[in-house]
Amino acid sequence: MMVSVILFAPLVGAIIGGFGWRIIGEQGAQWLTTGLLFLALVLSWVVFLGFDGNAYTVEIGRWIVSGELDTSWSIRIDRLSATMLVVVTSVSALVHLYSFGYMAHDDNFGDLPYKARFFAYLSFFTFAMLALVTADNILQLFFGWEGVGLASYLLIGFYFRKPSANAAAIKAFVVNRVGDFSFGLGIYALFLMTGSLTFDNIFAAASTLGGEEMRFLWRDWNAAEVIGFLLFIGAMGKSAQIFLHTWLPDAMEGPTPVSALIHAATMVTAGVFLMVRMSPVLEFAPHAKMFVVFIGATTAFMAATIGLVQNDIKRVIAYSTCSQLGYMFVAAGSGVYGAAMFHLFTHAFFKALLFLGAGSVIVAMHHEQDMRNYGGLRKKLPVTFWTMLVGTLAITGVGIPFTQIGFAGFLSKDAVIEGAFAGGGAYAFWMLVIAAAMTSFYSWRLMFMTFWGRQRGDAHAHDHAKESPLSMTVPLVVLAVGAAVAGMIWYGDFFGDVARVAGFFGAALPDGESVLEAAHHVPGWVKVSPFVAMVVGLLLAVWMYLIHTDVPAKLVAAGRPFYLFLLNKWYFDELYDWLFVRGANWVGRVLWKRGDGSAIDGTVNGISMGIVPFFTRVNARAQSGFLFTYAFAMVLGFALFLAWITLSGGAN
Amino acid sequence: MFAADFRIILPEAILAIWAMGALIAAAWTVKDAATRALTWATAALMLALALWIGTGTGVDSAFDGSFVDDRFARFAKVAILLISASILLMGEGYMTRRALMRFEYPLLIALATVGMLVMVSSGDLIVLYMGVELQSLSLYVLAALRRDSPRSTEAGLKYFVLGAFGSGLLLYGASLAYGFAGTTLFSGIIEATADGVSLGLLFALVFMMAGFAYKVSAAPFHMWTPDVYEGAPTTVTAFFATAPKMAGMALFARVMFDAFGNVTGDWQQIVAFLSVFSMFLGAFGGIGQMDFKRLMAYSTIGHMGFALMGLTAGTGLGVQAMLVYMAIYVTMDLGAFAFIMSMERDGRPVTDIRSLNLYSRERPLVALAMLVLLFSLAGVPPTVGFFGKYYVLHAAYDGGFGWLAVLGVIASVISAFYYLRIVYFMYFGRETQPLDRVMSPAAWVFVVGCAAIMVFGVVNLFGVEPAAAGAAAALVN
Amino acid sequence: MTAAAFTFYLFSLSVLAGGLMTVLARNPVHSVLWLILTFISAAGLFVLLGAEFVAMLLVIVYVGAVMVLFLFVTMMLDVDFATLKGEMARYMPLALFIGVVILLQFAVAYGSWAIAPGTETRVAAPAGAMENTRALGVLLYDRYFLLFQLAGLVLLVAMIGAIVLTLRHRTDIKRQDVIAQMMRDPKTAIEMLDVKPGQGL
Repeated sequence: MMVSVILFAPLVGAIIGGFGWRIIGEQGAQWLTTGLLFLALVLSWVVFLGFDGNAYTVEIGRWIVSGELDTSWSIRIDRLSATMLVVVTSVSALVHLYSFGYMAHDDNFGDLPYKARFFAYLSFFTFAMLALVTADNILQLFFGWEGVGLASYLLIGFYFRKPSANAAAIKAFVVNRVGDFSFGLGIYALFLMTGSLTFDNIFAAASTLGGEEMRFLWRDWNAAEVIGFLLFIGAMGKSAQIFLHTWLPDAMEGPTPVSALIHAATMVTAGVFLMVRMSPVLEFAPHAKMFVVFIGATTAFMAATIGLVQNDIKRVIAYSTCSQLGYMFVAAGSGVYGAAMFHLFTHAFFKALLFLGAGSVIVAMHHEQDMRNYGGLRKKLPVTFWTMLVGTLAITGVGIPFTQIGFAGFLSKDAVIEGAFAGGGAYAFWMLVIAAAMTSFYSWRLMFMTFWGRQRGDAHAHDHAKESPLSMTVPLVVLAVGAAVAGMIWYGDFFGDVARVAGFFGAALPDGESVLEAAHHVPGWVKVSPFVAMVVGLLLAVWMYLIHTDVPAKLVAAGRPFYLFLLNKWYFDELYDWLFVRGANWVGRVLWKRGDGSAIDGTVNGISMGIVPFFTRVNARAQSGFLFTYAFAMVLGFALFLAWITLSGGAN
Repeated sequence: MFAADFRIILPEAILAIWAMGALIAAAWTVKDAATRALTWATAALMLALALWIGTGTGVDSAFDGSFVDDRFARFAKVAILLISASILLMGEGYMTRRALMRFEYPLLIALATVGMLVMVSSGDLIVLYMGVELQSLSLYVLAALRRDSPRSTEAGLKYFVLGAFGSGLLLYGASLAYGFAGTTLFSGIIEATADGVSLGLLFALVFMMAGFAYKVSAAPFHMWTPDVYEGAPTTVTAFFATAPKMAGMALFARVMFDAFGNVTGDWQQIVAFLSVFSMFLGAFGGIGQMDFKRLMAYSTIGHMGFALMGLTAGTGLGVQAMLVYMAIYVTMDLGAFAFIMSMERDGRPVTDIRSLNLYSRERPLVALAMLVLLFSLAGVPPTVGFFGKYYVLHAAYDGGFGWLAVLGVIASVISAFYYLRIVYFMYFGRETQPLDRVMSPAAWVFVVGCAAIMVFGVVNLFGVEPAAAGAAAALVN
Repeated sequence: MTAAAFTFYLFSLSVLAGGLMTVLARNPVHSVLWLILTFISAAGLFVLLGAEFVAMLLVIVYVGAVMVLFLFVTMMLDVDFATLKGEMARYMPLALFIGVVILLQFAVAYGSWAIAPGTETRVAAPAGAMENTRALGVLLYDRYFLLFQLAGLVLLVAMIGAIVLTLRHRTDIKRQDVIAQMMRDPKTAIEMLDVKPGQGL
């Protein structure tokens, strides 16, 4: 009952707020959706804290029953979904609250009402995300998966009068389709091999899947490998992993609360959630896991390098998100699912915090997003500054080595890196460590460029910059507290003793004892390496942006091609434009001009304008009105049939 | 024995005796003044007979097996009786306006109906021929009913001469079959062909099929159709387009399965030819037509092609599809002809489809009903016409005639042109002098009612499906 | 060759020749005369088969009544067949070709003609030992009752058709109505008016 309320409260809010705001008013819609979200938040924490490790399902109704296929709407509560419930409802509720201030004024819409629509979308997103995480079968998960995709599309394109926003929304939708196609194939493969889509049945059949072969494309493969691989490609799309990551930076066209909620804390982590959710199957797919680790590590590295040189404050955080998602995949692929969930959990707090803080800065600076026009905002935006400082400390991983005292990121990132060393291989480990150094560098770079130094850019904007209203600062403070202490509180549960982790997660995770055990006993230099990397990045940033502020320019001049390579995001967009967009355009043009125009239209027109009238005229001539013509036609007819029957029938 | 035989042919006998009695009574008394009463009484009698036959059960045969009463025959008979009654009811307004209410008219329809009932029940070549002739002769007279019109007379004459030719082919085939089997009974023929046939029997088959093809106006034996449809009074045309086609298709199926069931492979190919010819001729021929009645003639030819496609399959499903298709087809045509009968301007009938310009503004409901009927004739989903086509295509594909189904789809696409053109005129044409508002209530009921059937029939086809399945099972075992 | 065989071939030849000439004769009256020859020869064949009753029917009904009627009709109609044939002549080569093809096909079919095995069992049994007039009657009113009645209906329809298509009651001419004339009453027929002098009606 309680979980049903959690799931459906946002939907009710979305429907009433979206369709009924003309009756209850924009203010009413805002309060209603936010109020329902806080209700869901409170109940989620009750569920999370009161969860005893025994999974249970609440059936809501039958869904699709057809032949062997038997799915129902059910809410599955285990440690995974409970954790996700907390993450989703917490961030969502805070973002709802934050949006009161952030969306109060908007020049993009003129007189057009937009607030109720925004809140309805946010609530609808929350519902879809909750449906995703509480799914009892993979089809329901797919429903939520597509639901969040839809909400993401709507919210990225929220400023529908901006062409760039529309383009970004379409890009996000299209790129995600690539992944979803694979996800769909994965679902079919699961149904083909196990005959069921319910998680319980799939997990029960996981070990047999590992021993079976299935035909895919041109040869037979191990079934578990194929399924793991297909599902991971689906996850790559949603979680913006390398090759399918290009939509995420563009998605920053949406309002900043959206970026915080969807494109940092919740939706993009759905891919990680999917991997962890399917971990019982993944355990039997070592090659797929290796692939996950490889892609995750590469993404972490690639996104971090791009983040080094970006100037748009939201894009820096976007690439940071991309990079951190890579960490989570490495953890999942290495088999330390607890660490993956742990990082997901803490990341939700500090990344939402950073985004909301950035939003606060952006509002203060009159929607200026270029960091080169910031500087010295420390005094003007004290609350924003202090909370973002906490967020930066958390993401860079500040803490005391060899203890469990530190900001959230310190604990979870270390857990991931230790897990990667133990179960993911050297490549992943070194990539993550280097990425950690770069994370530290660009995070501090962001802080220094924004809050330190002298004022740059439009003086008018600086003069009028002032701290955001209470509705925006309160969420910042709450998230800052989370970013500071969440790691320390739940470290033991997510990444502590083997027994404790097993007890915490219950049956939701497979036995990953060996990897977890190995991760606890990595050498000391491994444990300290992320800390060292963080310090290196910090010092570099201090040197380049606080002490010798002319160094960056010199560096750029010295290594210009390299700088451009990073600034242009490894030229992924250009490559894709050349490879797919132009190619598709070319194919489309050929099909349109040649195929549709010449071949199909030509043929149809030829037949309908040439051949058909020809036969019509022939018939009209035959229909002469003379009896003997008619009789002659009949004679011809039966003569033909006689000939036919003589030739075919007489022979046998 | 004789009493038992007579009981089986009792419905036909009653109808024939009614026709003869009414003929004498009317001729001796008030003559044409009685036509109205006779029309209604004959229709009522037909409906009663349909009800009676429809509730019959079992399989019976009379006169040494030359007259068969089974589910197949009953299905066709009920359909034929309903059609004939419908024609009488909806045609009354037209016949009155055209001053054609001669008392012989309802009785000739009744006698033609008797002929059709005999046709579908025949179990013997001579009974078959008698039924065909009784039907045809009545139709020849009906076609020429408007005797002061040269077109009507010409229609009757052409129909008569070509019909005699068609009957000749049929008779020649029958005599060849008799020569081979030594009997005219279907049961005897199928018995004789059990261990192989000679080419002579296949020739018999071809000739008889040519005769049947003439009766159902399948190409290339269709040539009379447009001229006769155009020349005959519209009510009679409506009758031509429906009841004899139903009877002809049923007879076709019965002879093919009951008498020539052992040479299925041979006749299937010829029926497939007829089907393709008819579908494409119907499609191509209709395109050039601006005359609604001629257009309906080509429409009939095309639809017969589709019905024959069901027969081509040579399976129970195929026969079922054919019967369902025919039932749908006659319903559509009854509605369409009820409309054509009501097309008049300045007190004269018009049949040019351009006279329908912007008809939708004058009588929106009737125009909408016609739109539904025309869509259904064209086979546009979700009307019933689509399901009829789907049914036969499915049957043909199932029976191994995939190529035929593909050709059917192409032909149906081409023929959609001329149906939709009428819709175009009704809804988007140019402003012209409107038609008179002369539609009789009965005709209105038929137009709107048939259209409603085309829409609501998609639910379960009003139970025609299981009835046709039972009928097919009686024929193909 | 027996006399019977000789007569058979004579009549057969006569039937074929008559039929051919009916089609080929240019003058329609000649055509009908050739047709009469055909019927008489056919009657002869029936006599040879021992079916005297049918033979006599053929002579009396067809030759005596139907054909004479035909003769009168064709003589009165004065149809110019030459023009009709002229139109047809255009298709003659094609028609000839088709005709030859059909003929060849028949040749193939009759060349390989076979009667189904076991036909004897299916052929209708003779009506027993009685003269064929009586046998015809017995069969017509017993085994072929249905066919007989149906044939009667066909003829009835033909009759109705003839009447419907030719009988017309013209309303624009005066007819003599004897009863009405006889029942005339002077009181209703004549009206006495008192006309004053010097005034019109």
